[in-house]
Amino acid sequence: MARTPADLVGAQSDPPFEITFDGRRITALPGQSVAAALWGAGILAWRTTRDGGRPRGAFCGIGQCYDCLATVNGEPNRRACLVPARPGDAITTQEGHGHDRLGV
Amino acid sequence: MTASGCEPYDLVVLGAGCAGIAGAVAADELGLTVALVDASAQTGGQFYRHPAPALGAVRPEALHHDWSAYRDLGRRLAASGVTHLAGHHVWALTRDDAATDAPAGATADAPWTVHAVTGPDGAEERPARVRARAVLLATGAYERQLPFPGWTLPGVVGAGGAQAMLKSGLVLPGRSVVVAGSGPLLLAVASSLAAAGARVPAVVEASGYLRYARSPRVLATNPHKAAEALVHGAALLRHGVRLRTRSAVTEVHGTDRVEAVTVTRLDRDWRPVRGTGRRIACDALAVGHGLVPQIELATALGCATRPVPDGTLALDLDAHQETSVRGLWAAGETGGVGGAALARVEGELAGLAAAARVRGSRVPAGRVRELRRRRDRMRAFAEVMAAAHAPGPGWPGWLTDDTDVCRCEEVTAGRVRAAVTELGARDARTVKLFTRAGMGWCQGRMCGTAVACLAARDGAAVEPPSERRPLAVPVPLSVLAGLEESGETEAS
Repeated sequence: MARTPADLVGAQSDPPFEITFDGRRITALPGQSVAAALWGAGILAWRTTRDGGRPRGAFCGIGQCYDCLATVNGEPNRRACLVPARPGDAITTQEGHGHDRLGV
Repeated sequence: MTASGCEPYDLVVLGAGCAGIAGAVAADELGLTVALVDASAQTGGQFYRHPAPALGAVRPEALHHDWSAYRDLGRRLAASGVTHLAGHHVWALTRDDAATDAPAGATADAPWTVHAVTGPDGAEERPARVRARAVLLATGAYERQLPFPGWTLPGVVGAGGAQAMLKSGLVLPGRSVVVAGSGPLLLAVASSLAAAGARVPAVVEASGYLRYARSPRVLATNPHKAAEALVHGAALLRHGVRLRTRSAVTEVHGTDRVEAVTVTRLDRDWRPVRGTGRRIACDALAVGHGLVPQIELATALGCATRPVPDGTLALDLDAHQETSVRGLWAAGETGGVGGAALARVEGELAGLAAAARVRGSRVPAGRVRELRRRRDRMRAFAEVMAAAHAPGPGWPGWLTDDTDVCRCEEVTAGRVRAAVTELGARDARTVKLFTRAGMGWCQGRMCGTAVACLAARDGAAVEPPSERRPLAVPVPLSVLAGLEESGETEAS
C-alpha cells in the first residue's frame, strides 16, 4: 500500500527546490502550486481575515473560494491553489485585504 | 489550425473537462474551427485533474477512475486542429449583435465574444478575447458547502478540494482525515485519500442510501454506477474505513488547526439528535455537500434554468443540449450534476448539434439517437442521485449564532437570522444587502446555499440562490476600462 501520494503514482519528479514562507525555508516540487508546496510542508494557514484576524488557507482547492489568498513575492491577493511555485519564491502571510500599508 | 486575424472560430468551448473536450473534438472532426478555453494549464477539468508533467507521475491512473476514457479524449484532441487556450479565466460572454444595424431576427446568429483574463490565477492583467459563431458552455461545477461550528478552522477543507490538491499537487491536508457531507463524491474522495496514505477514521454521510432503492428501474439501467460504488466500497473496506450514514460533523475542535470533530446522528430531516455526538480524533476534515453547476456566464445572458432535486439550479436544455439562448449549448454539470460519463456523451451531442447548425455538417442520425438514449438513461440516474442527497430542512440546526456562514465577509448565522427576523429579509439577495453575506471575493459561491436556507421562512420552499454574477471572475478595472479600445489581444 502506498504511504504517500508520490508513492501511489510513482512520481519521479524533477529536482525539488526551495521557497520561503514568512522567511522559513520549505521544499517544493516542480509542478506544485504554492498551496500544495505549503501543505507538503505541513502548513495549512497563510492568510488572516480582515475582521477577526483568523487564520485561513486552501479550502476549495480549485480557485473558487479565495480563502487561499497569499502574498507572493510582494504581490498580495494571489490564489495560492492556482499559482505554481517557482524556485526562490517568497510567500508571506497575507493580513486582511492585503493592502494594509496603503490604508485602503 | 486557427482562425486567423479577426475571423471568428466556428465554435468556442468553455471548459476543458470531459464535456468540453468531447464537444470540441466532435465538432472538429466535422470540420469546424474550434477554440477550447480553460483556466488551467492542463486539460482534464476537475475530474481528470492530474499532476503537472514536472511531477513525473508514472501512474497517474492510480488517482483516477476510468482514466482510459480521458486518455482516449486526449488522443483525439492531440490529433485535432482544436486550439487549446490554457490559463484563460473567462469573465464574460457577450453577443456582438448590440452594435449591428441588422433587422430584428437577422442577428440570431451574430458572433459571440468571450472575454478572459490570463495567467495561472488570472492576475497577469493581459486581457484576451475570443470570437466565435457558437458557444459550448462546459464549465462544470464547484462544491456546495453547508456551514457548521468550526468549519473555518485550518485543516477543514472541501472534500473535492482535498481531492483536487491530491490529484494535482500530490499532497494531503493531514495524516488522519475525516470525510463528511453528502453525495457519492465522498466515497471517491475517501478511497483516494486512503490509497494515498492518509488514515480515514470515518466517512460521514448525512443521507441514507435507501432512497436509491426507490428507483429500481433507473438503477437497473445504470449498472456502471453500481459497479463504481462497489469499487469505492471495496477500497474503503480494504482500508478499514467506517461509513456512518444519517450523521454529520456538527462541530470541529482545535485552536489553530483541526484536532478532532464531533459526529452526530441526524433524524430524517437532518436535525441533530441530541445526546448522540461522538468525538473522533483527526487532523483534517474534508467536507462537501454535493456540487453546484457553474452557470453564471449563461444566466447573465438570460438562459432559462431548472431546479434540480438536490436544491441547486441547472441550465434548462433541449434535446440537443442547446440552452434557451440560440447558439449557446451546454453540456456536463452545467445541465445538472451527473458525472464524467454523462458529461462526455452530452459534450459530443452538443458538438454535433453545433456542427449541424454552424456548418450544416451532416451528422449521422443513428449516432445522435444512440447518444441521446445514453444521455437520457444517465440523466435519470443523476436525478435519482440528486434527490437521494438533497440537504434535509433541519441542517441549520447544526449552526450556533456565532458560526460564520459567509467565509469571505465573516458574517455569522446570528447576523443572517437577525436580517430575516428583525429586518424582514426573505431571500439571499436581501440578506446580502443587509449583512454583506455573499459580497466578498467568492461572490456567494461558498455561502449562497446556506444563506438562501436561512432566509426562507419556516415551511417555505427554499429558492436556489440566483447564480447571477455580472462578472464571472474578478477583473481589474483597467481591463474593463480598456474594453472600448483595441488594447485587447485577439487570442486566435
